[in-house]
Amino acid sequence: MEANVAIVVIWLFLFLYALGGAIDFGAGFWSMFYFGRKDTTAASIANLYLNPSWKVTNVFLVLFVVALVGFFPHAAFALGSFMIVPVSFVLILLIIRSAFMVYSYSVQKYTKLFTYISGITGLLIPALMLSILPIIIGGFVEIVGGNHYILYDRLLSSPTLYAHIGFGLAAELFLSSLFLSDYAREAKAMETYEVYRKNAIILGPIMLSMAVAATMTLMPEAMWMVENMARQWHLFALSLVVFSIGYSALWWPSKKGRVGQPRVAVLFMVAQIGLASFAYGWAHMPYIVYPDLTIYEAVTNKQMYLSLLWGYAIGMAILVPLFYWFWRLFLKDKRYLTDKKVDDVR
Amino acid sequence: MDNVLLARMLFGSSLIFHIIFATLGVGLTLMILIAEILRVVRKDNDYGILAKRWTKAVAILLGVAIPSGTIVAVMLALLWPGLIEVVGQVIALPFTLEIFAFFFEALFLSIYVYAASRLSSTMRIISVFFVALGATASAVLITNVQSWMNTPTGFSIVNGDITDVRPWEAVLNPAFGYTAIHVASSAYTATAFVVASYAAYQLLKPNLKQSEKTYHRKGLMMALIFGAITSLWTATNGHHSAVGLHHNVPVKLAAAEGLFETQSNAPLSIFGTPDPEANRVVGGIEVPGMLSYLATGSTDGVVVGLNEYPRDEWPPLFVHTLFNIMVGIGSALIALSFGALAYRIFFKKREYPNWVLIPLVASGPLAMLGIETGWIFACIGRQPWTIYGIQRTAEAATKSANLGTFFVIFISLYGFLLVVTALVMRYYFRRNPLIKEFENQTTTV
Ligand code: HDD
Ligand code: HEM
Ligand code: HEM
Repeated sequence: MEANVAIVVIWLFLFLYALGGAIDFGAGFWSMFYFGRKDTTAASIANLYLNPSWKVTNVFLVLFVVALVGFFPHAAFALGSFMIVPVSFVLILLIIRSAFMVYSYSVQKYTKLFTYISGITGLLIPALMLSILPIIIGGFVEIVGGNHYILYDRLLSSPTLYAHIGFGLAAELFLSSLFLSDYAREAKAMETYEVYRKNAIILGPIMLSMAVAATMTLMPEAMWMVENMARQWHLFALSLVVFSIGYSALWWPSKKGRVGQPRVAVLFMVAQIGLASFAYGWAHMPYIVYPDLTIYEAVTNKQMYLSLLWGYAIGMAILVPLFYWFWRLFLKDKRYLTDKKVDDVR
Repeated sequence: MDNVLLARMLFGSSLIFHIIFATLGVGLTLMILIAEILRVVRKDNDYGILAKRWTKAVAILLGVAIPSGTIVAVMLALLWPGLIEVVGQVIALPFTLEIFAFFFEALFLSIYVYAASRLSSTMRIISVFFVALGATASAVLITNVQSWMNTPTGFSIVNGDITDVRPWEAVLNPAFGYTAIHVASSAYTATAFVVASYAAYQLLKPNLKQSEKTYHRKGLMMALIFGAITSLWTATNGHHSAVGLHHNVPVKLAAAEGLFETQSNAPLSIFGTPDPEANRVVGGIEVPGMLSYLATGSTDGVVVGLNEYPRDEWPPLFVHTLFNIMVGIGSALIALSFGALAYRIFFKKREYPNWVLIPLVASGPLAMLGIETGWIFACIGRQPWTIYGIQRTAEAATKSANLGTFFVIFISLYGFLLVVTALVMRYYFRRNPLIKEFENQTTTV
């Protein structure tokens, strides 16, 4: 019971970070991709979003990690032994990305170089994070004398690794384009809206097919997972329907002049990712690391579980109004979205 | 090299790096708050410019502070699974609460920086107040785990299993109060002197304009007053920390002082090298009875010596030097700030001569060194334990290989980022000189 509630909380935090992180790193990439282009404001729109929000997004990552080891302390030894390598690479990319993103605003002379460094390192982060999934699912970890080791030869020669990486890239770029198209429209930058809308239209089906590819290539490696996923077929089917509706919203007529209702599309995609990731997580149960560590073995004691739950509940109750205010100030307020002077305060 | 040592090197270097940026984040946000209040109270826009330029510095520092903190948090989980296994059962609460402190800081900082022009003066002060509060709270909460590792309470161990967990008792462990206060006050102290050091450096430059001189003098005075108060406070609560050690972790105090024999009328040894053969500190200065007096309030008080403990529970003896450096720097900072303020009051001169400014320039780096030696002393002085008396460091460490490679990568990365951050700061403040701020005055009020 405790383990089940705890894993749902963890899933919720992971879901929030997956969305926030995908949009954040994706926006960093677009800010690089459209760097210096005179014909579109796509880069400034991306920066307008990134400036106030990257720190907040990063806290969600910390939240996820802290909640994971807080609720499941007995997973630490297993995770600590084979996650070091992939996670350390993520951390290295993360510090380079954040530092150079901030520096690019301060050093005009090297803005271009720094934007490229942060754009590319950021692009790779979600891809690398997703590459951790197939490792946890099994087939690539060997246990010798109680220690877990990653079988690099097998991992690196397995198509599922690359399918997962591809899915990470596609999801990041698709979600950020979609979100930025809505953001651009909120800022009344209609040309930019078109740019991001077009990106989203191209990337949506790519993301979907990468997801299918990632699942298919899993078969030889972790058949148990694929079978469990097949048992969740109704949730996956529902998520497909939701995806289609959201995707079609990019062509719905709108009163705001241009075709498409990006807000509707964003909301449906959030629901779609939620459904699909929940179904995926459910299929993963009860294992944290297949086949030798389940959530029931890893969970903390009852007292700590209860006090953590209270801690998160009270903390969130205080934060939600603050998040709402933040959203009003930076994602809705016309004075911010159209302020040309924003550049010089940062 | 053995795994435990590599894990310690990797984690220790990451913290040494993180702490530089974290300390400045804690201290600068409070100084910004004070400057914003002074701006309104004194109706003097120089304070507004100070606040603005410090805010820019914080924004640059955060580019490294936040990801380096994320690195420490993740590494703590990966490198010390044994520690985390216990922490997750007994003291996971402060880590949880810390998240909310981070959220507060991040949200209000963005509001303060990017929504400034849309906020009233009062709302700006309120936002920056919450930034400072969030920063200090995150330092205090992380320190809570640190203090619990020194004085673990709030659980029982039956047959090697942890039972009967009382989370709040763990949070309110005996070392929490003095440790948290010492960490916060030392962070304020260090930042004050870093700011003083910068202002003094600027004032040393010949041919400054009058307006620039006045501006830097205000910054210097603010830093000196703030630094005088906080350094005195740090020494006082540092004394409380030492008394806390006497009660809770006597072996650490014995190592810090190089005291081998349990005795009353114990001497305070300053510098020198503890020598286990001679059973005393050689080559230092001894103040008879002083240690007993400081620890117990009377020269007759008995202070426990290292010989009460088996050899394999002794911390490395060089912590004596680390402790001396921290305390020495603390005393020097008090002398420096009070001396400079006294000079100003008695000689009624507005300008400091170079022989006052030059030591002030040195005070910033010294204060940072105080922070580093303080932390390293606190951690290494706990060796061989990770959780004092409960878990040894070797039991806490990960069994993973590859740590050596990552140590080299991370160390190079930290070195590189230190250099780049310094260059970025220099570049930014050269490209945006004070003169420009004076010209733009009207827009910033
Ligand atoms: C969460 C608690 C915590 C906190 C706040 C700190 N440390 Fe620590 N530190 C540890 C938890 C820890 C640890 C994980 O428990 C280690 C590893 C082994 C040990 O006993 O302590 C450690 C080891 C360790 C080492 C290696 C010790 C050795 O080789 O014997 C160094 C150099 C530092 N730390 C430095 C720092 C610095 C500069 C800190 C200031 C920010 C700091 N630590 C805060
Ligand atoms: C094991 C020790 C530590 C861990 C695990 C840790 C963890 C973290 C993390 C995860 C962050 C980034 C938060 C974000 O995303 O915004 C952070 C930032 C920060 N840390 Fe640490 N930290 C440690 C030690 C310390 C210490 C000892 C201090 C106190 C002096 C401190 C003070 C701060 C502050 C003030 C910030 C915010 C940076 C800023 O926004 O100014 N940390 N830390
Ligand atoms: C001047 C007299 C000072 C005394 C007597 C003193 C005493 C102490 C003691 C006894 C500890 C160890 C606490 C423990 O391990 O539980 C400690 C730790 C520490 N000190 Fe100091 N200190 C002084 C000045 C300073 C100064 C000037 C700084 C920095 C500017 C500083 C920074 C630290 C830090 C960061 C720690 C680690 C955190 C902690 O465990 O409290 N100290 N100090």
